[in-house]
Order: sequence, then C-alpha cells, then structure tokens
Amino acid sequence: MMNNSKSRSLKKHQKATNTIVYIVLVIASIVWITPFVMIVLESFKGETTMPQGYVAPKTWSLVNYKALFDKERMDFTQWYVNTLIMSFACAVIQTFMVLCMSYTLSRMRFKGRKFLMNFMLVLGMFPGFLSMIILKKVLSGWGMIGENSVAGLILVYTASSAMGYYVSKGFFDTIPKSLDEAARVDGATRAMVFFQITLPMAKPIVIYTLLTAFMGPWGDFMFAKYICNNTSKGMNVAVGLQNMIATSEGLAAHYTHFCAAGVLVAIPVTILFMCLQRYYVEGVTGGAVKG
Amino acid sequence: MKPKAKAKNKVVQGITNFFKSAANELKSFVKIFVTGSAATKLSYIIFGFGNLVRGQIVRGLMFLAFQAAFIYYMITTGVGWIAKLDNLGDVGAHDEYDPILDVFVRVDGDNSFTILLYGGISVLLCVVCFFIWRMSFHQSYENDLLIRQEKAIPKFKDDLKDIVDAKFHRTLLTIPVIGIFVFTVFPILFMIFVAFTSYDGAHDGYSNLFTWTGWNNFMELFNTKSSNLGYAFLHILGWTLVWAFFATFTNYFLGMLLAMLINKKGIKLKKMWRGIFVMTIAIPQFISLLYMSKLFAKNGMINKILLSTGLLDTPFDFWANTTASRILVIAINIWIGVPYLMLIATGILMNIPDDLYESARIDGANPWQQYVKITLPYMLFITGPYLLTSFIGNINNFNVIYLLAGGAEPNPKLLTTGGNASDVDLLITWLFKITTGTESNYKLASVIGILIFIVVSVISVIGFNLMPSNKNEEDFQ
Repeated sequence: MMNNSKSRSLKKHQKATNTIVYIVLVIASIVWITPFVMIVLESFKGETTMPQGYVAPKTWSLVNYKALFDKERMDFTQWYVNTLIMSFACAVIQTFMVLCMSYTLSRMRFKGRKFLMNFMLVLGMFPGFLSMIILKKVLSGWGMIGENSVAGLILVYTASSAMGYYVSKGFFDTIPKSLDEAARVDGATRAMVFFQITLPMAKPIVIYTLLTAFMGPWGDFMFAKYICNNTSKGMNVAVGLQNMIATSEGLAAHYTHFCAAGVLVAIPVTILFMCLQRYYVEGVTGGAVKG
Repeated sequence: MKPKAKAKNKVVQGITNFFKSAANELKSFVKIFVTGSAATKLSYIIFGFGNLVRGQIVRGLMFLAFQAAFIYYMITTGVGWIAKLDNLGDVGAHDEYDPILDVFVRVDGDNSFTILLYGGISVLLCVVCFFIWRMSFHQSYENDLLIRQEKAIPKFKDDLKDIVDAKFHRTLLTIPVIGIFVFTVFPILFMIFVAFTSYDGAHDGYSNLFTWTGWNNFMELFNTKSSNLGYAFLHILGWTLVWAFFATFTNYFLGMLLAMLINKKGIKLKKMWRGIFVMTIAIPQFISLLYMSKLFAKNGMINKILLSTGLLDTPFDFWANTTASRILVIAINIWIGVPYLMLIATGILMNIPDDLYESARIDGANPWQQYVKITLPYMLFITGPYLLTSFIGNINNFNVIYLLAGGAEPNPKLLTTGGNASDVDLLITWLFKITTGTESNYKLASVIGILIFIVVSVISVIGFNLMPSNKNEEDFQ
C-alpha cells in the first residue's frame, strides 16, 4: 500500500516534469522555426521591396520570385547554376580524395603514416584563407578567377580536401580487419579488397561525404568572395545575395527578393538533406543514433 | 608524469630522433658508396644507371628522364630565379626613352612576386631532386643485395603488380597528397616568406618591387608607439578568445540540455522533435545569418517594431554598439549551433549504460548529482577532441561574424593600415579585411596568419593536455 502510493506520487512528479519539458521543447521549436517562417512569409510580399515593421504580406504575390528569374535585372540564375556546378564537382572529387586518404590511413601500415597524419594536423592549424593570396594570383594567371571563378573555386575546395579525412577514417576503423585478411589469403590484391570488399560496405560514409561535400559550396562565403573579384557572373549564391543587399540602396530595392532567393536556395538543399538525413546523423554521431 | 614534463620530453626525443636519423642517413650514404658495385657507384652520378644495367628499363629511363629534365630546367631558367632570390629583383617596370619614336615606352623589369614564386618552386625542385637522387642509388644498392643473395630482380611486370597490391597505399595517396602540397603546403610556405618582405598594394612587385625586410613586420605589430597596430592586434585577439570561449561552451551546454530533454524517458515523438532541429542544420547558414543581420539593422524590422510601439524614439543601431553586437553574435550563434550539438550529444548520451543511472538512483542521487557525476564526465570524456576542434573552429568562424556584422562601423581605435576592424571582428575577419582592403596589405595579412597559427597551436597543446580522455584512459571502460 505504502509502496503503491509512493510510486503514484513518483508518477505524478514525472508527469509534472514531463509537462515542463514539453513546454520547453515547444518554445524552443518555435524559436528555431520562426525565422524561416518569417523568410517564407516575407518572400511573398507584393507591396514593397523594402524591409518593413511587419512580417505577413498585405498583398500576396509571386512578384519577388519572378524578379529573380528576370535575367535583365539580376544574375540570380547565374549564381544558382554556378553553385550547383560547384556542388556536383565537389561532391565527386572531394569524396574521391577523402576516401583514398581515409582508407589508406585506416587500413594500411606504411613508413611515414604517422608523419603524414601529424603533418596534416599541423597544416590544418594555419588559417585556410592565408594561402588564398597567392592562390588567387596563380589562378588569375590560369584565367580561373572573376567570370571563370567556378573552375578556380572547384580547385580550391577540392585539392586539399583529403585533409578532412577524420570522420571517414573513424568509420573504416570499425570495419573488422579479418575480412581483409581472409580475402588476401584467397589471393585478392589490396586494390581488389578496397574496391570489392570495403567500398560496398562503406555506403553510409560515402553518402555522408557526398552530402557534406555537396553542401559545402552553398555555405562558403570567404573563398568565393575573394576569388570572384567582384564579378557578378562568377559569384556563388551566398556572395551574390550578400552583395545584392550590402548597401542601403540595394537593401531597399532587393530585400524581399533576397527572402525569395533564400527560399529557393533552401528548398533543394533541405529536401536532399532530409532524404539522406539518416546517413548524415550516422556520420555525425558515429552510428549511435539511427535518425 | 606532469603534462609539461611530458611535452618537454617529447620535444627532446623528437630532436634526438632527428639527429639520429640524419646520422644514419649519412652513414648509409657512405656505406652504399663504399660497398656498392660499380653500377651503384655510377648511380650517384647518372640517375637510374643501376636500374638500367640490371634490366629495369622503365624505372631506369624514368630516373634518367627526370635527371635530364631537371638539369635542363635548372640551366635554362631555374638558376636565374634562385640567383634573384636574395633581393627579389633590382629594377621593376619603368619608362625608357625610345630615340627612334621619340617617346617613353613602358619596359617590363623584374617582378618580385614571380621571382619569389618561381625561385621557391626551383628550390623545392632541388629538394625533390635530392630525394630522387637518394632513391636512385638506394635502389641500385638493393639490386646489389638481391644479386648477392642470388634472388630475382623485380621486373617492370612486378612493378605494375605492386601498384595495385604491395604499394597500393602509394597509388591511393598520390593524388590527394599532390593536391595538398600544391594547394596548401606550397602556398603556406610562400606566405610565411611574404611575412618577411614588404609586399603590399603599393609594393606590388611589378612597378614597385618589394624586398626582404627581416622581422620588421612582426616588430611593427608589437610596437605600440609608432602605430596602433599592436593595440588593434591585442584587442582583436582578446575578443577572439572571449568569443571562441562563449560560442563553444554556450552551444555545448545548451545542445546537451536539448538532447537530454528529448532523450528523457516518457517524452513522446522523439523523432519529430529531433527532426525539427536537424532540419535547421540543412538550411544554408548564410541565408539565416544575412536575414538576422538585416533584421537587427538600423532600418530593419526589429527597429521598426520598437519605433512603432513607442519603446524607442530613434532607431538603435545594434551593430554599431559594442556590447549589443557582441551579445547578439553570441546569441545568434547559439541559434545556429545548438541543433548540431544536440545531434552529437544525442548519439553519445544513448551510449551511456543505463545501469550507471540505475545504481545512482538506488544510492539516492538526485538528477543534478547524476548529471554532474555521470553524464557530464562521460560527455567530456568522449567529446574532448570535439570541444577542442570546435573551439578552434570558432576562432576561425568567419561566416557568423562577417555575415552578421560585416557592415558594422569600424572602431576608430582599431583603424589600421589596410583593414579597419570593428569591435566584433575576429582575427580571421580582420585578416580578410586587410587582404581585400584598398591597400592590400599582404605582408600584414601573412603576419596575422602566422600569429593565428601560433595561437591555435598553443591552444591545441594546452587543450590536449587538459583533456580527460588523455589523462585517464581507463575511466569508462
């Protein structure tokens, strides 16, 4: 009897705390979602292009979206295409680089392995932007800045991307080595082990690397801004949009356009991300959460 | 052993190891020359000779081709570049009188930038040549040994097989390592040298040559009397560290809290809650950052609302006010970073064995004690390296600062040649402003880049020694 009432009061107590948790979660969700809702609402404002003191449009209209695709007035489509090209190129090249590096460091023991890892660790402590001053000069000699900055940026993003091998190596470390050894006993070369045994098992990490590499060019601002040299045709969306609303005149003329552009950028990236979310969560959490 | 002593020992050991291997190298150099066959001795002069006479035609020809190309390059251009390295050129582009046309015409002279670039490449080629030379006589000596032991010398067919088997690691690493060298190592080396020159917009190396200036650029940065560079640097460094501390730990603890709330027993729809926050990771940061920046701008929505409700009489410029802008960047960074931390923390929290909590409850520990004694140590143990990398990531967090407050008014005390920093600027955004500013102060940019490296490496060493996972590795096993 005594025990029963005790557990009942415990349950009551738990119910009360759970209610508080729910309230906190709801408030937090609102805080995190609201800005996005505001951007979406503002993108439909038909009455003005300037920032206003209210969120919901007075006249609903698609005029902002139409303006973005008006090639006479804006280079938005160009920026979008630039970023898409870079995304696909980065996804493929960077994944190749990272897989080569992480697999080798995880699976093979060779002279200089430790040195290579320490070397990359120290190298990573230099601010990446430091090397851009000379890289820009060299790329400009190759005609890869300004209008053609897409090519230059792909090189900048991917050439050293193998330095980000850590997550991927962590994954390869978890695949039992006995599988390799069994195959080697059966006469498989190391290359065959890599292509026919390990890679098929590494699907989650391959998708994780593809996804993060794909999202990279959408978020980069620093390198893209420096390499594009203020040439509108060579910008990615982040630089283009920032540039568009940087001055107060630009802000007054393009604020709602910016919101519409934000929606157009966010939709494909978010959809892709949500489809592959499982792999992303596994990559970040080391497989503990199957999200 | 104390961490300090440990680190010191490591350094001492590293230096001894270096000298040991250098001595070994010298020893083998002499030994191979003395005991090697005639072919090996000739391999010291003619690259790949030892390969060619033993029937390794392809290898030998590759060595030989490299040697020929190297010598040709060095004689035709390389030596010229290296010779000019000592003062980076004498005469830049200038106007010369043309007596036939009776006008001054522009004549190209030396170019300091090209000299430094190609001179550097030529020196690096010499280093590469040294290693290939070493390979040449070592390989020949290996062949000597194989002959003495009456074993077969590997043929081209065997080399091809090695590419996919015994030396597969080299095959896989070639492209990534070349990429790293060309696009990271070489540029960083170059910029380190630039820190010791007078390279900037006015001395662009074409019409106005730049030259070596020793430690001048570093002196200038620490000399508080002649300019306010030193003040600006310390001021910005201080804020960078404060920012990195708050940005890292607010995210860490709030993200952990959020993860614990969602993980709590009895909370339904866990996947949905998690999904809401994970979704915000997907949306490219720059959109929300730029939107927030404009929201709090002088003519932005927040000001308009405050004005219309009568709380303010004149618009308040959040980004011009030091305290307001600093609090805002940290607050908005929480909004940006917490979902990501929540995701990481969720994975780790799920791995904490339930019976740890069970026995704590039986012992009468309240939730707070459970958190302090179990959850927090476990989290710190696992996420130590992550905390360190995210602290360093925040030191170099360009996007959040620049996109939010890039347009902020510069602080008059931080006006410096080439880059006028505001009160929220970090070292990395300052570096960006200096590089892209009208004066293109490259020399100062390189100095700051090197100092960022020093700050980051010092923090890494300290952080690594503080890390619980470094101290007592067995605690949670």
